[in-house]
Amino acid sequence: MSGGHLHALHVHGHSPVHRMAPEAKVAALLAFVLGVVATPREAIWAFGIHAFLLLAVVTFAELPIGFVLRRMTVEIPFVAFALLLPFLGGGPETQVLGIGMSVEGLWGAWNILAKATLGVGASVTLVATTEIPDLLHGFDRLRVPKLFTAIAGFMVRYIDVIAGELQRTRTAMTARGHDPRWLWQVGPLATAAGALFVRSYERGERVHQAMVARGYDGRMPVMDERRATAIEWAAAMALPFTVWMTVLLVLVTP
Amino acid sequence: MHIPEGFINLPTSLGAAAVAGGSVWASLRVASRDLKDRLVPFAGLTAAFIFALQMLNFPVAAGTTGHLLGGALAAILLGPWLGIVAVTVVVVIQALLFADGGLVAMGLNVINMAVVTALVGWYVFRAVVKVLPRRPGVLIGALAGAWASVVASSIGFAAQYAIGGVGGVDPGLVFSSMIGVHGLIGIGEGLITAAAVGAVLTARPDLVTGTRGLDDLDRAATSLSRKAAGGFVGIGLAVALALVVFVAPVAGSHPDGLERVAEDTGFAAVAEDNAYSGPLADYGVAGLDNDALGTIIAGIVGTGLTFAAGMILVGLARRRSHSAEVA
Repeated sequence: MSGGHLHALHVHGHSPVHRMAPEAKVAALLAFVLGVVATPREAIWAFGIHAFLLLAVVTFAELPIGFVLRRMTVEIPFVAFALLLPFLGGGPETQVLGIGMSVEGLWGAWNILAKATLGVGASVTLVATTEIPDLLHGFDRLRVPKLFTAIAGFMVRYIDVIAGELQRTRTAMTARGHDPRWLWQVGPLATAAGALFVRSYERGERVHQAMVARGYDGRMPVMDERRATAIEWAAAMALPFTVWMTVLLVLVTP
Repeated sequence: MHIPEGFINLPTSLGAAAVAGGSVWASLRVASRDLKDRLVPFAGLTAAFIFALQMLNFPVAAGTTGHLLGGALAAILLGPWLGIVAVTVVVVIQALLFADGGLVAMGLNVINMAVVTALVGWYVFRAVVKVLPRRPGVLIGALAGAWASVVASSIGFAAQYAIGGVGGVDPGLVFSSMIGVHGLIGIGEGLITAAAVGAVLTARPDLVTGTRGLDDLDRAATSLSRKAAGGFVGIGLAVALALVVFVAPVAGSHPDGLERVAEDTGFAAVAEDNAYSGPLADYGVAGLDNDALGTIIAGIVGTGLTFAAGMILVGLARRRSHSAEVA
């Protein structure tokens, strides 16, 4: 149902990480990322521990490392931005390879690179091991408002439908010779966007009527009642627990 | 625009998450009061629409393309509350599924991209349609609302950076280059938003929430005249430059958040301090005794450079994603 490019995010498997209850995995991800962000940037060795732990989870989940690395390329724009900081930052300067760079800027760049990379890696691992409907159920059980997860679920379900409609419109326009190069030729594309909105909205009306016809009363039915067991919680939380212990260790060591 | 992990410090990020959570919760309540059981399919479908819209690349110039942020468009079409909900869902899904923007930084991103854009876009639009006569009012309102929403979003980012940013970049520099670049980006956003609103107005005028309660909608224009579009581009450029020239030095000389740079008197002074740390610094002062003029030129050049760098980055990223799709 969620087809297309969303399937590309998931790696089918039966590892313990795949089978773990989604709410435990989601909570572990959030706690892990919080711990990473809370780590003082001067404690470079601590980031090594975080990275090692994450790598252990990736291995445990039997994810192809090439897949994870490929998916992590989404952070390239951030990396490029972070690399500018040493040149833009103020304060005292240091010489790196004969070029003057701001010390604060260098630390800032390191901070972003290390934390963003670990965060992206953790997110990629979660999505690769969890089907999207399960992921949304996980959020449900973590007390995220049901209304919000239901809307998100609908969006995920219909992304490919709407994107497909957009793609067909573009194909039709290109077939008729529309090949805009400059901003002032953008009119037809913007009109297509307006038409797409009308179509999406009307589809929403039809979907709503179909739902009402099947007994929808404003609440989405819950199909899967399985909850995380205490053992699953403990297993999932082992990762962020170690990260937080590392952070504590950094904070107490002078 | 998506803020990654580690860019803004933890207390600021958590504070922003609380503010964003509260705003979205309140928006959900208002939207669900208005729509009742229709909320879930409608908001879900419109969120999918905005997501798809952000995949649609518009040409900017000479082969470079950009995409719509959509916050103002969502607000004008759906009202600010449903608009906030729909764009927030997009931002959250982008962070969760596509790792686009950090999880801890999600609150910052939701504020900049959903809450600020929808509210500013909506209120500017409503103010304009109340003042201007019907015929040009709706489209000029959409232009102005979308432009202001993008600029406000960049101000939100600059404010967050001033409060808790890492890297020690002068907040005045961040402010002026963000606002300058987004003043330019906002021109594209404004033109496309107005054209899209016009198209909906032609097909289903009842769906444009922003024009509810206005009479004689029949006399509203549904497409931009060449002259109006040209005028908007001119005004947009002028306002963007004016912001860089007049507002940025003032903001730069009062960097509230970072005491460390409190002694710096603004952009030019910082550029002078770091005269050897980047090409921008040379533009700040080289050969110019006049501090204010140096600041202005540095602001304009900084804006141009940042814009060019952004364009190249976007172009590279696009080529990458295209080859990924083909593969």
